[in-house]
Amino acid sequence: MALRILTRRGFRGGVHPPENKELTAEKPIEILPPPPVVVIPVQQHIGAPGQPIVQAGDRVRVGDRLTEPGGYVSVPVHASISGIVKAIEPRPHPLGTTALSIVIEGDGQDEWSDTVVDDEAWDQLPAEEIRERIRMAGLAGMGGAAFPTHVKLSPPPNKPIDTFILNGAECEPYLTADHRLMLEYPEEIVRGMKIILRVLRPAKAFIAIEDNKMDAVRAMRQAVQREGLSCEVVALPVKYPQGAEKQLIKALTGREVPRGGLPMDVGCLVHNVGTARAIYQAVAKRRPVIDRVVTVTGRGVVEPKNLLVRIGTPFSFVLEHCGGIRDGAARVLMGGPMMGIAQFTLDVPVVKGTSGIVVLNQEEVDRRQMAVCIRCARCIDACPMGLMPTTLYHLVKAKRFEGAQDYGVLDCIECGSCAYVCPAGLPLVHAMKWGKMEVSRKLRAAG
Amino acid sequence: MDEKVWKVSTSPHLADRESIPKIMWLVALSLAPAGIGAVYFFGAHAAWVIFWAVAAAVGTEAAIQKLMRKPVTVYDGSAFVTGLLLAYNLPAEAPFWLPIIGSAFAIGLGKQVFGGLGYNPMNPALLGRAFLLASWPTHMTIFRTPPRGGTISGIDVETGATPLNLLKQAHDVLHQAKVAPGEVPAQKIADAMTHIGKLYESYGNLFWGRVGGCLGETSVFLLLLGAAFLFYKRYIDLRIPVGYIGTVAVLTWMFGGSEGLFTGNPLFHVLAGGLILGAFFMATDMVTSPVTPRGKWIFGIGCGVITVIIRLIGGYPEGVSYSILLMNLTVPLLDRYTKPAIFGARKR
Repeated sequence: MALRILTRRGFRGGVHPPENKELTAEKPIEILPPPPVVVIPVQQHIGAPGQPIVQAGDRVRVGDRLTEPGGYVSVPVHASISGIVKAIEPRPHPLGTTALSIVIEGDGQDEWSDTVVDDEAWDQLPAEEIRERIRMAGLAGMGGAAFPTHVKLSPPPNKPIDTFILNGAECEPYLTADHRLMLEYPEEIVRGMKIILRVLRPAKAFIAIEDNKMDAVRAMRQAVQREGLSCEVVALPVKYPQGAEKQLIKALTGREVPRGGLPMDVGCLVHNVGTARAIYQAVAKRRPVIDRVVTVTGRGVVEPKNLLVRIGTPFSFVLEHCGGIRDGAARVLMGGPMMGIAQFTLDVPVVKGTSGIVVLNQEEVDRRQMAVCIRCARCIDACPMGLMPTTLYHLVKAKRFEGAQDYGVLDCIECGSCAYVCPAGLPLVHAMKWGKMEVSRKLRAAG
Repeated sequence: MDEKVWKVSTSPHLADRESIPKIMWLVALSLAPAGIGAVYFFGAHAAWVIFWAVAAAVGTEAAIQKLMRKPVTVYDGSAFVTGLLLAYNLPAEAPFWLPIIGSAFAIGLGKQVFGGLGYNPMNPALLGRAFLLASWPTHMTIFRTPPRGGTISGIDVETGATPLNLLKQAHDVLHQAKVAPGEVPAQKIADAMTHIGKLYESYGNLFWGRVGGCLGETSVFLLLLGAAFLFYKRYIDLRIPVGYIGTVAVLTWMFGGSEGLFTGNPLFHVLAGGLILGAFFMATDMVTSPVTPRGKWIFGIGCGVITVIIRLIGGYPEGVSYSILLMNLTVPLLDRYTKPAIFGARKR
């Protein structure tokens, strides 16, 4: 029960935006049929892009590998439909740029690669083999940050992991993809966690879920029991950004990841529940990441849903399947409304990090006129990183980037809590991103 | 291919429902009970003082913004609040030109000259009051109208009848008697003792507002009603008023008595004068108070120390406005030296 007291401590700051999860929380995951064409960016992870190993005109099957990883911190991408490679060219990427993408025109057969085969001995594999399977399955964190999973599973020997945390907090408003995964595939998630624990061998393991999903807490507790796993399923109080890695570690263990450091610096590792399930599929079924669960929601969508979507499916195809977009829709986001990225076109494809497609209408979206800072300090109270967003805003605006560095702009996790509560409607996160970019550039130039 | 180009913006894409006008108008609302109370206690003239102060504040802001070809922002309510607070710091029988000049000064030289809302270093209303007090001291310190329901019972209310003023006069008599024994008539000393005793028994009048003073500062009850609302809305941070009032209480208890250390009456000092108005509505002014949690504590405690020094040692019976104005000037330093600890900076 000492742990209960620890969890009470939680983390400082944070906000309580309207959850709006009821739009899709009760909707079981529906399988979206494969689209006629997929656009698969060769880079869907943080790290080096892969090199295409197919050419226009090649025929590919579902699960066929399309790229060779471009280094250690790199993962391949795979065909998500069967058909013919039409082109390898730059296409709009949901991160807001254009990126080299492999365009596949489907043949309607949905024929799967013969490399996708069940492995009965999945729970007896050596760690090295597990990591290799995870890597070649193209796994990058499914929570949104998309860091290659095999790298996270290879901590250096001087940074032993004693605590593993499976992240089912899903603190972003509107999103329910992880919630539905935990309700519908708790065994696969727990088996994925078993694989992770087999590689890391930590002393303690948690599954962390916000207490607005008590049904998921129960489902996971049952699955943990059935699978005979030793880990604690913790219901955390609802507070954004509860699911942010550093805040989650703090809430569960009381440890603070040092500035500029990684969770492994305090002996912790965090993986998202979707990643755990993908790990199970990659290791036990030799199935690469060719699809993912996406919450399609917001009051700008006719029929909000949780969908299992093939990677590379254009947003427009996904939205059509949800009855299309309503009049008055104002923003199309990849991800949730707090950290999601606004899209200028619906031609962008679903990628491995697409947890949601949220279409906000005029009433939902922030429409405030920008005013001046009245020093209300609400941003400082809300910042989970202990920063002074208003001060940083003024420093960045004056292009005093050294000052911004002193005030910790690089520690910003861009969670958006400050801008959410700002009564002046200041673009605080925008300023943080700019400041981080300029400071990082200067640091790189200085070596 | 989809032809439509969607609007983009940086995250977050949601915002809560707070805005500057909402904050300002709700602060004005929270001051309404004390204003209505002022009209009840001091009569219709108080309403005119409030009217002229608010009208002049809003008018000055609009006129300056027009002249400087800036957008007119008087609808945000901030000038309204400044006018209101200035009026609350004036005697109910102030002539009509006093609030007008005070508000014009407050908005013009206290706020717009620095660039308008968000940029003024000192609380404009208090600056306006300080200007009036320096220029027309007699008009600012005559409290002739006895409040409805009586005042401190048994004490002459004709000349400068605020409780703090009466206390100061009585203490001066006792001090005089101590410095030059035999020169002060025994009757005068006895009267002073009686006055102090009566003042200290007047908690009820002080709490409800049945005492002399500036028109908006007297009713602790009505002010606390508004403050509770602001706290409920999270528009004030309790660190400042708690630090402020706590410091005044402790220091007046320690040094405020005539019998030596720890013989003062802290409750009287907290209830009398403008401390409640100042601590909850003016020291907490967002623009002119620190943004950091520790800075807010220091700010509140500093206000308390200066207030007590002025009340007990200085030439004025009251020190709330000057203490806040002085502490306003320390805000940039406080913000700089009380930065919160960045996550992960302290321990491993």
